[in-house]
Amino acid sequence: MHKDNQPLIFEMTKEGRIGYSLPELDVPEIDLSSHLPNGYVREESAELPEVSELDIMRHYTALSNRNHGVDTGFYPLGSCTMKYNPKINEAVARFPGFANIHPLQDESTVQGAMEIMYDLQQHLSEITGMDEVTLQPAAGAHGEWTALMMIRAFHEANGEGNRTKVLVPDSAHGTNPASATVAGFDTVTIKTNESGLVDIEDLRAKVDENTAAFMLTNPNTLGLFERDVLEISEIVHGVGGKMYYDGANLNAIMAKVRPGDMGFDAVHLNLHKTFTGPHGGGGPGSGPVGVTTELAPFLPKPILVKKDDQYTFEYDRPQSIGRVKPFYGNFGIYLRAYTYIRSMGPDGLKAVTEYAVLNANYMMRKLESYFDLPYKQHCMHEFVLSGRRQKKLGVRTLDMAKRLLDFGFHPPTIYFPLNVEEGMMIEPTETESKETLDSFIDAMIQIAKEVDENPEIVQEAPHTTVINRLDETKAARQPVLRYVKEEELVNA
Amino acid sequence: MKLKHRYIPMTDSDRDEMLSTIGVATVDELFEDIPEKVRFKGELNIKKAKSESALTKELAQLAAKNADARTYASFLGAGVYDHYKPIIVDHVISRSEFYTAYTPYQPEISQGELQAIFEFQTMICELTGMDIANSSMYDGGTALAEAGTMVAGHTRRTKILISETVHPEARDVVLAYATGQSIEVVTIPQKDGVTDLDQLGELIDDNTAGVLVQYPNFFGQVEDLQKIGEMTHEKGGLFVVSANPLALGVLTPPGKLGADITVGDAQPFGIAEQFGGPHCGYFASTKKLMRKMPGRLVGETTDEAGRRGYVLTLQAREQHIRRDKATSNICSNQALNALAASVAMTALGKVGVKEIAYQNIAKTAYAKSAFEKAGFDVKYNGAHFNEIVVDVKKPIKEVNAKLLEKGFIGGYDLGLTYPELSNHVLIAVTEQRTKEEIDALVQEMEATHA
Repeated sequence: MHKDNQPLIFEMTKEGRIGYSLPELDVPEIDLSSHLPNGYVREESAELPEVSELDIMRHYTALSNRNHGVDTGFYPLGSCTMKYNPKINEAVARFPGFANIHPLQDESTVQGAMEIMYDLQQHLSEITGMDEVTLQPAAGAHGEWTALMMIRAFHEANGEGNRTKVLVPDSAHGTNPASATVAGFDTVTIKTNESGLVDIEDLRAKVDENTAAFMLTNPNTLGLFERDVLEISEIVHGVGGKMYYDGANLNAIMAKVRPGDMGFDAVHLNLHKTFTGPHGGGGPGSGPVGVTTELAPFLPKPILVKKDDQYTFEYDRPQSIGRVKPFYGNFGIYLRAYTYIRSMGPDGLKAVTEYAVLNANYMMRKLESYFDLPYKQHCMHEFVLSGRRQKKLGVRTLDMAKRLLDFGFHPPTIYFPLNVEEGMMIEPTETESKETLDSFIDAMIQIAKEVDENPEIVQEAPHTTVINRLDETKAARQPVLRYVKEEELVNA
Repeated sequence: MKLKHRYIPMTDSDRDEMLSTIGVATVDELFEDIPEKVRFKGELNIKKAKSESALTKELAQLAAKNADARTYASFLGAGVYDHYKPIIVDHVISRSEFYTAYTPYQPEISQGELQAIFEFQTMICELTGMDIANSSMYDGGTALAEAGTMVAGHTRRTKILISETVHPEARDVVLAYATGQSIEVVTIPQKDGVTDLDQLGELIDDNTAGVLVQYPNFFGQVEDLQKIGEMTHEKGGLFVVSANPLALGVLTPPGKLGADITVGDAQPFGIAEQFGGPHCGYFASTKKLMRKMPGRLVGETTDEAGRRGYVLTLQAREQHIRRDKATSNICSNQALNALAASVAMTALGKVGVKEIAYQNIAKTAYAKSAFEKAGFDVKYNGAHFNEIVVDVKKPIKEVNAKLLEKGFIGGYDLGLTYPELSNHVLIAVTEQRTKEEIDALVQEMEATHA
């Protein structure tokens, strides 16, 4: 990475330079002030940059050189499934027949796109063991909210509007309780037991006739399979609640067990995780939802159906929760996921899961003597180490994460889940080679040794990045959220 | 585990060595926590894998079944537009340092993404005239819906008003989100293609959290934001504008006309239509509402050596910190598309954004007069941006089927969502359409008219 500060694009502006190519106007000129109402013609220009095409390419190339992606190096960010993003996906998504079609075209002119959507729904339905799938939600959290709204509508339709509580384990992703709130529910937190699993007694004590749903990530965010899942389903169903599966960790179970077979009533998937979205620097994602037949009447509109070999959108769904997103979800992303599934096939997806789990267990066993491992059983696709031992020596998990940057690795997810002190959540994925895993393991071991022998080098890390640790307190206390020209700052 | 696949690098000897390190004989032992009773046996009933070439061919054939805007001249808009996409956009977003990264949690190795988003936030502020903007939302519709729930939360009122001239699908999304929070949504009827201000006056009250309008609206008309803003503020509500950011190249920005929140979709800036998504919602507001804002914000700060750098900031609003008390549940956003929009906004720049917006108005004005000359009734006489409503007096589905044969993707059938406007079509004319195409469209429509 280059060490020089990269100027903001606004600081490269020079009046008179342009970076666009528009045609000459081939219709008569108009007078804006007579065309638009008084006061509606913009007076002050939007201060967008004035730069040439090469300036733009150099600027963004410089920025890209200051960014780490999966193609740059290992990225074991737990719970995010940072696997390789296949390039065929990118090529397919750019076919004009996919990239340049409008969502409101007549259905007869987009049958190819609709065929893929339909086939993808079938594939996801089989992979999850659910009866029906919607591709509408734009991301995982959006899928959670969509499914919770469906569960809410289901209970209300049964005259059970009293079911206002959603149960969430304390190890759950923050989106679970947040989605419950946005869907109008109150969250009740369920404890984790000493084995890192849902505390069944706590669950029993908290479920009741006001329980709408229990949201479970399985394997959970500790990377452990909730082996009591059938009993949990029985308890929740026993009081009339619904079982919700957070699909963030689906990479761990494909062709091994299906949410539908474990008793789940609704599932969301993160296609940008398990199915190589890609992650895009934070998005766009895609968060399809699968449900049982019982919940299907409440699916968001429209529903894609096949009639006489033609695909059509059905809008007449009286019990639907309505529309969760304009149009039909993030087509460009689930098209990539479809391409990936078709590249892998049934044996390929099974191998994905097996190697994801093998790799995580291998790393866990190689590292367990150097760090604290709170839960000793086999993990699934990820595992969580604790930096407790190092903390006693004055080195925090944050310091170790920063030190990893010096070795060219993206650090694991840190300080999550919340129930592990100084947690480091490591998810290698199946697309990494043994050599890569070994070099990461070596780096972790070296850092553990440095903590014993030379803690300053860890505490003061990183040493090789374009910038050192940033003052986050200052950023939050005196927020600067946009560029302002220097002369305007002086005048302000 | 005998399968060989180009995405899975482990060899048999790697696997055996790793199994022995773990201390198990087979991979299956690692899955023993899965209850025997529900363990999946056999093979998933999905299609077999295809090779790279065979799959590319199959998908290319499916793509070829669709009518795309490269092959056809498209006059379809209604929220998604065929605009100039500078070729460099795709080159930038194809750099895998950007698209294979995730949320910039580690700022030291994510300065590229963080700075790009900081620049995006700045450009959105410039166009909308708002104080602050976030790093993106899923799309314009969900951004508007989040604005609806945000104003209710902020004012502690339980009713929001939304104009009938807002995109019908966006209105549906607003309703779905509001239902979750038990917020009442009341529609303000339209009159002459714009929000009926008399009706607004009747409907607004002390329990109105906010008023939501679109600018230019769904019919392409320019709403009287100044007046609607005043009426909203008089009752203590917040004024939310959903704006096409490209139109703001020439229209007075909502921030100058009283908007408290401006949202919209940056799709017109370099983002492919892609059958409706992913696009790129944006969310901008006054500084006063900063701590209520949904989604991620990037802020400027310095490192230990005093060098300027960027971080995710004000995270105490967000789900990973606040859990059930967060201002929104949004986590993944549309970062890569925000990058695409930034590149397009940069390429257009200060001069080009005015020019492109101007061309949209000029071409639409030309189309309007061409339709009128041909004897069509063009509804609504207010100022328009790049869309007009034409009374075709015939079922639009039939008209569009004929147009398709002649190489056109026709406009949006308004009767689908506004029953009183059956046989009316919403025609979008962007800078991409030539005079010849406009003339030919009018001619063909005249022919079907006869």
